[in-house]
Amino acid sequence: MEKMTSQYRWGMVVDLDRCTGCGACVVACQAENNVAICGKKEISEGRNMHWLRIERFWVGKYPDVRARFLPVLCQHCQDAPCEPVCPVYASYHNPDGLNGQVYNRCVGTRYCGNNCPYAVRVFNFYNHEWPKPLDNQLSPDMTVRTRGVMEKCTFCVQRIRRAKEDAKSENRAIRDGEIQPACAQTCPTDALVFGNMADPRSRVAILSRSPRRFRLLEHLGTHPSIYYLKGGGREHV
Amino acid sequence: MSEPILPAAKSSSQLNDEMLSSLRTPTWSWYALALFLGAVVAWGLYAFGYMLTTDMSCTGLNRPVMWGVYIVNFVFWIGLSHSGTMVSAILRLSRANWRRPILRAAEAMTVFTVAVGGLFPLIHLGRNWVFFYLIPYPNQRGLWPNFRSALLWDATAIFTYIIGSSLFLYLGMLPDLAVARDRSSGWRFKLYSVLAMGWRGAAREWAIFHQASTLMAALIIPVAVSVHSIVAWDFAVTVIPGWHSTIFPPYFVIGAIHSGVAAVITLMIIIRRVFHLEDYLTPLHFDNMGKLLLVIALLWSYAYFVEVQTTWYAHEPIEWEVFSFMADKYAFLLLFMIFANSVLPIVALCFKRLRRSIAVMLVVSVLINVGMFIERFLIIVPSLSHKNMPFVWGTYRPTWVELSVTAGAFAGFALMYTLFAKCFPMVAVTDVRELEAQKSVVRLSRTRLQSSAEKE
Repeated sequence: MEKMTSQYRWGMVVDLDRCTGCGACVVACQAENNVAICGKKEISEGRNMHWLRIERFWVGKYPDVRARFLPVLCQHCQDAPCEPVCPVYASYHNPDGLNGQVYNRCVGTRYCGNNCPYAVRVFNFYNHEWPKPLDNQLSPDMTVRTRGVMEKCTFCVQRIRRAKEDAKSENRAIRDGEIQPACAQTCPTDALVFGNMADPRSRVAILSRSPRRFRLLEHLGTHPSIYYLKGGGREHV
Repeated sequence: MSEPILPAAKSSSQLNDEMLSSLRTPTWSWYALALFLGAVVAWGLYAFGYMLTTDMSCTGLNRPVMWGVYIVNFVFWIGLSHSGTMVSAILRLSRANWRRPILRAAEAMTVFTVAVGGLFPLIHLGRNWVFFYLIPYPNQRGLWPNFRSALLWDATAIFTYIIGSSLFLYLGMLPDLAVARDRSSGWRFKLYSVLAMGWRGAAREWAIFHQASTLMAALIIPVAVSVHSIVAWDFAVTVIPGWHSTIFPPYFVIGAIHSGVAAVITLMIIIRRVFHLEDYLTPLHFDNMGKLLLVIALLWSYAYFVEVQTTWYAHEPIEWEVFSFMADKYAFLLLFMIFANSVLPIVALCFKRLRRSIAVMLVVSVLINVGMFIERFLIIVPSLSHKNMPFVWGTYRPTWVELSVTAGAFAGFALMYTLFAKCFPMVAVTDVRELEAQKSVVRLSRTRLQSSAEKE
């Protein structure tokens, strides 16, 4: 695990027992982060730009079929496979444990996208445009990515930066729950909880110690910052 | 060796004439060929320009298959480049005399294939115009490229190999350039005069030349092995099922030599035909190259067997999924590859008559390279198609842009080779004629004393 150089280590808990698969988080993420608009064509080509996707699985046999939902976003791995393979440091690790992406530095080798076992990195195959009046909706806090660069979930780093500046001006640490990424803010069932994993009393840290916890593809040793919660019973994911 | 390597009873000027025949004034068919190749290159450049000016959606790439035919090409061309090193350097060190007429063709091929292969990582970039971010140059931002990335190792290895193999080619050509200089006039004379660097053929020059050639031959082999190991690391150091495998570096090196040696045989056949060098490239050469190819085909088959066998035995679900997917969707390509790379050469090259048949050798050697291209495709694409998250499994189909760039690359290589053959001695005159000097072996009753030329 990496050396702690910051008092924050951002993480998330996704409670699969609460997730209804409504997709509000996907929409919120798209609106907040200037994620390009993709239609049927792009999605059928496998070139959709969603930073967060809801994986839907059907479990059981008819008539006892249940839908299982798995929201997958960048796992912000502490030992991220995408980071060492980038030849230009466009993919890097920041002191808060975030897995950053520098769009201006990215040359588009797409090596990180290949090496991400969660396949959450999306590449701008198209030169995306926002037809009027949708361009008015673009967030001024975020850059609009050009063609040929890789992008992915940042845990809404712009919100984290703003909260850090606020806290600094008031000479205090960021309070628990002060930052909410767009997905967590929108989730109607409170299935997504974001916070500082380095603070053992934060809500996210308490939830991450739940016996229901697991992490995606844990055997790969990537040490993701996102914990999933799932109860037992006959409805295993 | 009982068979003569050199045609007997030819005067030295006749020998020079025939071996330098490629330098004669080009015929109209040469111009036609060059024009045709140039047109294909132009088409490839247009396709690349189209991708550059629009966006990458014109390729077949998607998520999860973010690497496609461009990277297949990259691995393929770098693999081909192992021919020169293998044929020239290793055979030079092992003093196999039959290598002499072939070595220039092989060395030149190395340089041009590395040059073509080295372009592909740049062609494949999403933002080709900022490729210089990959180069460690001092800049005001104090940013360096990431030395932990296998792609940077690649860049380093390929640059080293281009420089090394160009020097190897040039060094070996030095005395031949002097011969060409002495036989030419006009602009050619000026060109060869500069390139021959005042070679006069003094004893001291020859001594230094032999030392340097042997040294370069010994130095280029580890570079060649490391280059393709590093190309293999692009895949082996990742966490992608099907790529993450410790056998990849030796397997890739063997595969590279496999395709390289096969390509040299193909080129030998073409050069023999085009420049009427039947007296110099005899069935003996094809026999020996065939034996070499047989050994490498056996090695390759063993490496492939080990790779699949260990995966099958471990039966790790996701790795086995990749192999099952490959065997299912790409069954024809897989079977064709095994036939062309393994079954056909192993069976055919066991027989001396087939090894000495030019037609058989042509078919075998061309099919091996088709098979090796497929092999690179089957390594890269199925693994990416079925990665760890089944929800984002996908497929890949190359588009006209990628295929045009590939065609442009093949034509570009052929064009460079054609131009080279017209401008520079295609058969290593010096190395072949060295054998003549070796004939002056002094006999003292039963012992044979070697002439000084033998001591390379």
